[in-house]
Amino acid sequence: MELVCPAGSLPALKRAVDEGANAVYFGFQNATNARQFAGLNFTDKRAREGIDYAHARGCRVFCAINTYPQQSSLAQWRAAVDQAASLQVDALILADPGLLAYAAERHPDIPRHLSVQGSATSHEALAFYHREFGIRRAVLPRVLSIHQVRDLARHSPVELEVFAFGSLCIMAEGRCYLSSYLTGESPNTHGVCSPAAHVRWEETASGRESRLNGVLIDRYRADEQAGYPTLCKGRFNVEGDVGHAIEAPTSLNTLDLLPQLAALGIKAIKIEGRQRSPAYVASVTRVWRQVLDHLHQAGDDYRPQADWSAALAPLAEGSTHTLGAYERDWK
Amino acid sequence: MTAASLELSLGPVSFYWTRERYFAFYEQACHWPLTSVTLGETVCSRRRDMKLADWLEIGHQLAAAGKQVILGSQTLIESNADLRDLTRLCDNGDFLVEANDMSAVHRLSEAGLPFVGGPALNLYNVPTLEILKHAGMFRFVAPVELPGADLARLLADAREAGLALDCEVLAYGHLPLAWSSRCFTARHHQHPKDRCQFVCQDYPEGLSLTTQDDSRRLFTLNGIQTLSGACQDLRHELAEMAAMGVSAARLSPRSEGMDEVVADFDLARQGRYPAPSPLALVDAELCNGYWHGQAGMDLAPVLED
Repeated sequence: MELVCPAGSLPALKRAVDEGANAVYFGFQNATNARQFAGLNFTDKRAREGIDYAHARGCRVFCAINTYPQQSSLAQWRAAVDQAASLQVDALILADPGLLAYAAERHPDIPRHLSVQGSATSHEALAFYHREFGIRRAVLPRVLSIHQVRDLARHSPVELEVFAFGSLCIMAEGRCYLSSYLTGESPNTHGVCSPAAHVRWEETASGRESRLNGVLIDRYRADEQAGYPTLCKGRFNVEGDVGHAIEAPTSLNTLDLLPQLAALGIKAIKIEGRQRSPAYVASVTRVWRQVLDHLHQAGDDYRPQADWSAALAPLAEGSTHTLGAYERDWK
Repeated sequence: MTAASLELSLGPVSFYWTRERYFAFYEQACHWPLTSVTLGETVCSRRRDMKLADWLEIGHQLAAAGKQVILGSQTLIESNADLRDLTRLCDNGDFLVEANDMSAVHRLSEAGLPFVGGPALNLYNVPTLEILKHAGMFRFVAPVELPGADLARLLADAREAGLALDCEVLAYGHLPLAWSSRCFTARHHQHPKDRCQFVCQDYPEGLSLTTQDDSRRLFTLNGIQTLSGACQDLRHELAEMAAMGVSAARLSPRSEGMDEVVADFDLARQGRYPAPSPLALVDAELCNGYWHGQAGMDLAPVLED
């Protein structure tokens, strides 16, 4: 299985390559990708340098242009596809059907991967993208149980990439409009979720409060560690119960599932986290390189090692891990 | 300006009702001034009180009352069983289908059947509409987050490209905002999803989620679906919709007072806005922000013209 790692910046890209990523993925500095953060992502010059660095070391580079262009901004998204093509990326990660068609027509030789933002959760949906746009690979949304992944993999017309580690979207990706409901900006349209420009912190008599566009997302006691107010991970009131009604801050970690994923023929595992620091990317890549090498050598004797979990635990959101939807009970 | 030519359509019921409630509701709907009605369970495969045969029976009643009937497909397809249900739905032989994900689009296009593109298909631009039109789509529901100005541009450019497509806008109701593999209603009751005891049926208008200080009803939990806390109300925007070429305003069913909602929208498309009756059953926080290019939860001031 291939290890696909996040590159939110040139230093992060280099660290991922150095630590043994088989591929890295990046986006440009605008709304054409789903991780539009201030100070993150790549200019043309930095992308060129990163791609040269990766290619010289046998690592492939994917470019994520995985948000949905509006009718008035088609030109910008198409320009991003053309730019990625001229940079000679190894694959384009796309979600919008119109943009997939554009890439297939203009740059047929560059493989197209269906982004997780394409929200394809069945082999029937993948068959549509395969038939229409000749996609080579799809990244699966984090909503399927391991049994559902198995059923899908059995009939999939394309290679599959699944998330192995990192922050967890609780909603089917590409079909979550919660962020724009609160702020007017969503992953689909602006490449952001719960954008920082709308975040306010306030110290109040009831505790430290985080707000998103004025809406109270969470309130922390003095002894609690405050987290970023991603709106689905706040604490809300449902019939008098105040708590994480949607999802608690936690990270996905599939160390225990890896042999099963390999047995299903999953082609690549993806590490989430383009918004994370180069040091984080280096640590996670280092561990997962060891994991995959161990799996390759040990085969059926694969056992998750204690020091892997120990290395990954402090890197998790909320310092806790879950198998997420892969595990039926989580639902 | 009025929107007399704008049709009214009824969207699928988001919530999980009892069988009796569905039948009683649609019996009333036969008498409402609606052009089309979308039926079916679009949220959760565990909601099985209504069989396909029941939906077809209701469909035939509505068709006899002169409504165009569409069957909505499940939005989040996860299992082989979901795909089998989808196949049965697409092969029903009587009514057209609203495709709520690309699995349905593929199945319907392979079968050569015309279909409606649902609101979660992410149809934001003309090239995408062209692909779906080629696959058999004859009507689409605009994405909930699409501002009115962007929709006007999209429809104008689609016409210019020679694309003849009907367009519906979700004009009334809690907005469908997200789908998860997790069931939030079952989780609230500390039931595992596989043994949810069908608690959704206790909430015929969903389960309200508010901020900790109760200052705002933020979302409406509805099983695996998250709806807006506020109720979208675009009755004052109908003329604008008609002018840009929207063909129908879609009203999303609620369990009480839906006859009043339909009657109000019927008047509104004639430019009439009677003061709400003090006895009105419908009393929810309203929003229209998406249409006005703002946060969806916002309520922008409107002009009564």
